[in-house]
Amino acid sequence: MSIREDQNRFRDIVRGKIKENFKDYVTHGEMIGKRENDYVKIPVPYIDIPRFKYGPKQKGGVGQGEGKPGDPVGKGKGEKKPGEGKAGNEAGEHQVEVDISFEELAEILGEELELPRIEPKGSKIASEKNRYSGIAPVGPEGLRHFKSSYKRALKRYISSGLYDPEDPVIVPIRGDYRYRSTKTTIKPQANAVVIYIMDVSGSMGNEQKEIVRLESFWINAWLKKHYKGLETRFIIHDATAREVDEDTFFRTSESGGTLISSAYKLCRDIIQREYPPHEWNIYPFHFSDGDNWSGDDTRLCMKILKEGLMPNVNFFGYGQVESKYGSGQFLKDLEKEFPSDEKMILSKIKNKEAILGSIKDFLGKGR
Amino acid sequence: MGRLPADLEEERKRIRDLAEAVGLDCYDTVFEMVTYDQMNQFAAYGGFPVRYPHWKFGMEYDKLSKSYEYGLSKIYEMVINNDPCYAYLMEGNRRVDQKLVMAHVYGHCDFFKNNKWFEPTDRKMMDTMANHATRIRRHMDRYGVDEVESFIDICLSIENLIDRHAPYKPQKANKKIETEDRTRKSLLKFDREYMDEYVNPEDRIKFKEEQEKDPMQKVPEKPERDVLLFLMNHAPLKHWQQDVLSIIRSESYYFAPQGMTKIMNEGWASYWHSKLMTESIMNDSEVIDYADACAGTLAMSPTGFNPYKVGIELFRDIEDRWNKGRFGKEWSECEDIAQKKAWDTHAGLGREKIFEVRRDYNDVTFIDEFLTEDFCVRNKMFVYKHNKRTGQYEMDTRQFPAVKQQLLFQLTNFGQPIINVEHSNFNNRGELLLTHLFEGVEIQYNYAQETLKNLAALWRRPVNLVTVIDEKPKILHHDGKDLKVIDVLTESQAKAKAAAE
Repeated sequence: MSIREDQNRFRDIVRGKIKENFKDYVTHGEMIGKRENDYVKIPVPYIDIPRFKYGPKQKGGVGQGEGKPGDPVGKGKGEKKPGEGKAGNEAGEHQVEVDISFEELAEILGEELELPRIEPKGSKIASEKNRYSGIAPVGPEGLRHFKSSYKRALKRYISSGLYDPEDPVIVPIRGDYRYRSTKTTIKPQANAVVIYIMDVSGSMGNEQKEIVRLESFWINAWLKKHYKGLETRFIIHDATAREVDEDTFFRTSESGGTLISSAYKLCRDIIQREYPPHEWNIYPFHFSDGDNWSGDDTRLCMKILKEGLMPNVNFFGYGQVESKYGSGQFLKDLEKEFPSDEKMILSKIKNKEAILGSIKDFLGKGR
Repeated sequence: MGRLPADLEEERKRIRDLAEAVGLDCYDTVFEMVTYDQMNQFAAYGGFPVRYPHWKFGMEYDKLSKSYEYGLSKIYEMVINNDPCYAYLMEGNRRVDQKLVMAHVYGHCDFFKNNKWFEPTDRKMMDTMANHATRIRRHMDRYGVDEVESFIDICLSIENLIDRHAPYKPQKANKKIETEDRTRKSLLKFDREYMDEYVNPEDRIKFKEEQEKDPMQKVPEKPERDVLLFLMNHAPLKHWQQDVLSIIRSESYYFAPQGMTKIMNEGWASYWHSKLMTESIMNDSEVIDYADACAGTLAMSPTGFNPYKVGIELFRDIEDRWNKGRFGKEWSECEDIAQKKAWDTHAGLGREKIFEVRRDYNDVTFIDEFLTEDFCVRNKMFVYKHNKRTGQYEMDTRQFPAVKQQLLFQLTNFGQPIINVEHSNFNNRGELLLTHLFEGVEIQYNYAQETLKNLAALWRRPVNLVTVIDEKPKILHHDGKDLKVIDVLTESQAKAKAAAE
């Protein structure tokens, strides 16, 4: 259908527009709120064809219904009644919104940041699939394989001396027939889990959390592209750590001290309990402002990292969000402890604008 | 796409006979059975199976198919003004819906054939559209897809700048036909198109034209509303560009009457489907489903003005008034409310009158003549406005004159600002001067900016638009790169300025 061509051209244009303003999309949070299953709604400015037209704000119009002068007339989009769609003539000024799939979004992210594809590690969970790729001596007539049947018959003729090149007639017998048969192929499938850990102690403000939210959204989009059925877990911690759901993760504001080791312990336990490392690709990300309670606890963290976490994960990402109150010491400690470990990826996130660079830090290695 | 199944074909014949019996006069109508996906495709293409390639159709299709898949909307009916008429029915709709749609479609067909505003439209538009597509594809093959598509973008951004009344003015109508298929002015006629450049060299044609033209003549002589035609004749376009522009223009003219008669057309079709369905087509078991579908189409809403509803109610009102003789001098001079309420002369002219109205009127004249205060009150109509303070749309008034004025304003020029070409050598610098006929509503600034940029790309010289911004007269001057907003001086200001210098 020729409409497909037009649709593809339209999609190309949308992609182009998104790429053009990619930075804005990354740093603006509103689209994350408009998630619907596998799609995100993105406002795309200037994709409309410009025309001379009246400004809608001044125009007003004629409506029908109850009410008295001065009553607001609902412009709410959600209140459409059945059949109203046909009437059209909507005066509302809306930007063109385009649905775009996570997959496509991740692709654009990948192209923009030149991210390498992820090479899933280690052994994989297998999924079984039956395909007609084998040949068997028995089977239903519908699946008879002519070529191999003929070959068998020809072989028999030649070896028994019946074959006459002048009159190459081959008559197959029962035993010559061969049939297509199913063969079970084992398709490797990689499983992956992302564990987000966030410091929610008093020093992490709303702005810092927004950064974490945006960054984890994009990291998720990219990993989802590579792993079907990506699992996500969320841990928050101050002096103690607990596992929460996604909603709580981004909304909770606690206050109090910070014991990073509590979160690492929990993370280690979750991995040990539920995600055997030889079957899973494991990605822990820790976001913090870099303040830890004590040097003792930091030493404990390093120990857990070295013994319980690093051997099992694809990489460990530590993102340090700058905040007025944080000292940023923890990043330095990690640097000192893991000077040349490729699996320890450290990133400093100064402000929203730095999110893209930080994503590149984390995902640029292709692990 | 397929023919109708036997049982629906039977129904179709019955409905057509019924429609003819009540006096509807239609072109032959071909019904096609389509899947929802095909329906969305045709709808994106404005009803036609073949259009020229452009991303805007893709965008429309994308929107329609998503909204269908999410269950937000569904297209019931689509009909094309063509001889024969084409109409689509969607597979899997209820039988009663299919019958309703068929009855509705016959209403539209009758309207297309008999309303005089549709008279100049191309009745072989199916073929013409396909030919347009071929021509544009050929240009794309020769000059590149991107090049042609971005030129189409430019043309589409000014496609509304036509003179909607031109086809009904005799001399203009001739002019239109003359320029329609001409893509190149030739001095010597012959049939090998590709040799044209050599036989009729460009500079020779220019020279000839210059000779014929009075150099002091202002172009255009009078303000020209058909901006597209003006650009076709006067902008420095390549042949293929001229051809593309002429295609966009002729499609724009084809669709114009549908915009001019939206209320009437939908009202007429709804009037007849309701009459035919309830009086003869429907069987008892279908009543509830029919009522449900009907209520859906005719739903009123506080902000969405529903042309189906207003149209059908107005036709019914007219029929009722002319049946009871509620028109003419005596009726309008009568001031006794009780007498007016009981007024019935048994004139019985209703049916005749609505057929006459369907023949002679368009939305503007229809509303102007038949919208009565009584009707406004009964249908709870009101005007809403945007309130700057609250940032909301609010109900403004229920006063009859205001409602009528707002409606007429919305309908005049199809609710589009009126823009004329004033001068093609503005300031004696070859700049184009356009004027916006200001009627109290300002044009949207950012859209105007982009449109002017497109016009400047076409004209290849700066383009000026006289309009009003923030309640002050201004000239928007676009040189292809940047937009400048220039104050328009009143006469006394201009004098003062001259004196100061």
